[in-house]
Amino acid sequence: MTVRKNQASLTTAEKRSFVDALLELKRTGQYDTFVTTHNAFIMSDTDNGDRVGHRSPSFLPWHRRFLIQFEQALQAIDPSVALPYWDWTVDRTVGASLWAPDFLGGTGRARDGQVAEGPFAVSGGRWPVTVTVDGRGFLRRALGSGVPQLPTRSEVDSVLAMPTYDTAPWNSASDGFRNHLEGWRGVNLHNRVHVWVGGQMATGASPNDPVFWLHHAFIDRLWAQWQARHPRSTYLPGARTRNVVGLDDVMRPWNDVTPADMLDHTRYYTFDTVS
Amino acid sequence: MPQLTRRRTLGAAATALTGLVLTGFAQAAGGSTDLRTTGEKRPEGHEAHGGHEGHTGHAAPQPFSETFQGRRIEGAPSHADGHHGGYTVLVDGEELHVMRNADNTWVSVINHYETFATPRAVARAAVIELQGSELVPLA
Repeated sequence: MTVRKNQASLTTAEKRSFVDALLELKRTGQYDTFVTTHNAFIMSDTDNGDRVGHRSPSFLPWHRRFLIQFEQALQAIDPSVALPYWDWTVDRTVGASLWAPDFLGGTGRARDGQVAEGPFAVSGGRWPVTVTVDGRGFLRRALGSGVPQLPTRSEVDSVLAMPTYDTAPWNSASDGFRNHLEGWRGVNLHNRVHVWVGGQMATGASPNDPVFWLHHAFIDRLWAQWQARHPRSTYLPGARTRNVVGLDDVMRPWNDVTPADMLDHTRYYTFDTVS
Repeated sequence: MPQLTRRRTLGAAATALTGLVLTGFAQAAGGSTDLRTTGEKRPEGHEAHGGHEGHTGHAAPQPFSETFQGRRIEGAPSHADGHHGGYTVLVDGEELHVMRNADNTWVSVINHYETFATPRAVARAAVIELQGSELVPLA
């Protein structure tokens, strides 16, 4: 059974296995298909049109399915690998072990934002950035530059306290848990972390940075925590709704999975700890 | 208002268009790699279409054209099917994919998790982020 662990608690060997699987997925070309898919959804998900991956109730089940697919691709390379999560309320500085050269590497250099050390530095030759909207073929970051502070635990708790999953108009203007977690409204959790990392993570092609998966694994865990705190709340809308994925509607691009199928993550993986 | 740059025409679909600035990205989410379909820019005489999805009840912002940090940035209302908010932004003649949010703020594909008050602000943010590099269509 897959157990997703806090990245801060990974052993050196676990970090190496995860990094090696990422590099191999990159080498085969499969990694970049995930980047392409994500960017395609980000550009087509609109507040007043069809929306699936973002700015909509299915933001959470869509990314859960996306991460499961990605994790399965890693496990086809190394069955021992599971996606770690990054609790950015705790590991909130550029000095965190997450950014060490033996894991994701650190922030970008001043001149051009280039990540110059670690396994994903362009100089290593194993992490070409090709699915992108500009000509720069190297991983970039500007940790803490776009916004100075990552969300705090109390800000997270204020969002987890919201009992309603989502509300009409089911988009970036909505009240409720989903949109506050996504960050278009309120204290801003998920979106702010993308901006804090900077570089490709701030763009539609954000999965170019491997931290994308660790960020979203933590967002996914927050959804599980919210479910535990609100056992009588569930995914909304329950009924078919224009432009929006209802509880029992299938989600693109898979077309064989519904939000209802994604509500219980324990069918696919567990966490080292949920509380 | 200055004429926007005439752009390359990509694909047969675009050549069939007359008067349309941009067509939709609907194919993109279906897995197509042809993420952009472009036609000739004809901003003159095009009104903001307040009835279009994406900006119902809100007129498109005014056109702009300026040099910012050495880059030409331009924006103008356009015919588009909603997700652009009926507005097109160019950086040195290349389209910057922008989107209007429900609260009338804007994002672009370069800054997609941060909102900006106007298309000009989102274009300037993209110029800063690009650090001189060129916008290119996604592969």
